[in-house]
Amino acid sequence: MSTVTRSTRASRIAMIGGGLLLLVLAAAPYWAGRADMRLMSEIYLYLSLATLWNLMAGYAGLVSVGQQAYVGFGGYMLFALTIFGGVHPVVAVLLGGVLAALLSIPIATLAFRLKGAYFAIGTWVIAEVFRLSFAQIQALGGGSGSSLPVAIVKEIGAKKAVREANSYWLALGAAVIIIAAVYAFLRSRRGLALTAIRDSETAASGLGIDIWRTKLEVYVVTSAFTAIIGGLIFLQKLRISPDAAFSVNDWTAFVIFIVVIGGIGTLEGPIIGTLLFFLLREVLADFGTTYLLVLGFVAIVVMLKAPKGVWGLIRERYDLELFPLSYRVRTKD
Amino acid sequence: MDWINALVQGMLLGGLYALFAAGLSLIFGVMRLVNIAHGDLIILAAYLGLSTTVLLGLHPFLALLIVMPLMAGIGYVLQRGILNQTLGPDILPPLLVTFGLSVIIQNALLETYTADPRKLPGGVIETASVDVGGITMGVLPLLTFAIAIAVIAGLQFIFYRTSLGRGFRAVSDNQDIAQLMGLNKAHVFGVAMALALAVVAVAGILLGMRTSFDPAIGGGRLIFGFEAVIIGGLGNLWGTLAGGIILGVAQTLGAKIDPGFQLLAGHIAFLVVLAVRPNGLFPRVEH
Repeated sequence: MSTVTRSTRASRIAMIGGGLLLLVLAAAPYWAGRADMRLMSEIYLYLSLATLWNLMAGYAGLVSVGQQAYVGFGGYMLFALTIFGGVHPVVAVLLGGVLAALLSIPIATLAFRLKGAYFAIGTWVIAEVFRLSFAQIQALGGGSGSSLPVAIVKEIGAKKAVREANSYWLALGAAVIIIAAVYAFLRSRRGLALTAIRDSETAASGLGIDIWRTKLEVYVVTSAFTAIIGGLIFLQKLRISPDAAFSVNDWTAFVIFIVVIGGIGTLEGPIIGTLLFFLLREVLADFGTTYLLVLGFVAIVVMLKAPKGVWGLIRERYDLELFPLSYRVRTKD
Repeated sequence: MDWINALVQGMLLGGLYALFAAGLSLIFGVMRLVNIAHGDLIILAAYLGLSTTVLLGLHPFLALLIVMPLMAGIGYVLQRGILNQTLGPDILPPLLVTFGLSVIIQNALLETYTADPRKLPGGVIETASVDVGGITMGVLPLLTFAIAIAVIAGLQFIFYRTSLGRGFRAVSDNQDIAQLMGLNKAHVFGVAMALALAVVAVAGILLGMRTSFDPAIGGGRLIFGFEAVIIGGLGNLWGTLAGGIILGVAQTLGAKIDPGFQLLAGHIAFLVVLAVRPNGLFPRVEH
């Protein structure tokens, strides 16, 4: 007798361990200091960006270097909708996601005309258009940017401690929702189609998968979530400017390095990559730009010597899968 | 008259963009590689030019005699040492490796030369100008334009009239068969990158004499070069000149409307071409 299953003992342990860890992290406002909470929030937001970019590049083959367009757009929508629309910040962040989804459709129809690396640079051009356009909007501070008014900040929480706990929970919640959603998506029928496209576009299209549409769906969903994360990022920063909002280094270069170092095309990769990235950053924080040099160097070495990243190495060695996506045949004697 | 003036200045600016684009177009044509670090290499060349002029007291044009071979050497080593390993059916490795390279070059320049804007001392040529029918044209932009034409004509000649170019075209058509015919493709790719970076050296020096530069502006130059390539049509060297001119004209006309529109107008011109003619205005005819 043999059965086909997805879960393994490692994945069941990982689920329970992950659940417990989540409870501990959710309680952080009761045990962690202010600086730690801020750092952890940043980790969650980067983890979200990395998971999203990984879905797009690692699974759908859409290697974009222009996702900062949506990070910045989400940030600016938070400011615009709260300041001029009088909307609650959390609602503004979510609305930013909806608007980004709408906007991403015409952008995709244009950018998808470019293939491979040209698509990458094309998305960068579009992000530049976003940056230059928002720099023209004087009501939002033009090129020098603006700050979120105190009255709006207070809507997140009247007291500083409450506010910090709330924005911490928002970041944690976003990361959990995004990872869970990507996991659920990849296990679904459409996720299977996407994985087929990742492995071979020709074979996938031969099996009747509409490649263009599948990619479009991934692009739109990813962009919407990226904008939501962008909103949360600038809800933490409380200040926005075109250069910060649409920074290719902050929102794309780092994210790409995280995914590549951790392991592209796996769900575990971005998690490991994010932890390694922040470890590296904290250790090399005193050396200024050196840490970027090291990061670039590590990314190149990983890409050349271990293109599946750190998680790929672990997986190859121990046949481990924390998020059970592949099927296994188990034989019973 | 102002508008005609802006048009002419834009065309001349296009010469510089064509030089940014020519190297990109060349390596894409030969090995289907898109080098994300291209813009940072242009800035690296400008800084190497700066060091040469400061250390040896040379005019930037004479510095080219040192910077060009240096950049070509860097290109050959880079290609054979790193980039050749990334080439294959998967587009991700070359993209990510050149992206890593871009970050390394940028930050290495930042450590070495600081973030202060620098400029190459061009001397009298910077301010010299000629008057043609009421339109004043700078000698340096004119010279840049002429150099762009010469460089593209030179590349075209190498590509279609020399044995080296035959090698380029052979590996471009079919790498394995070219290899069977006795070509060492690793070497051919190395030479192609060397040639591309020699062009980058020219572009970097001319850029450095025209405007001030700092380590962070490489990405922007990559984008201009890329836009010129796409507007002109992939795989067409003369097309990159046309693409550069269109981009330059769009930018100067945009700046004429409002200084904030300069870059935006260029990007919009690119997106319009992409929407209307996705293969560029002058795509190479496939045979």
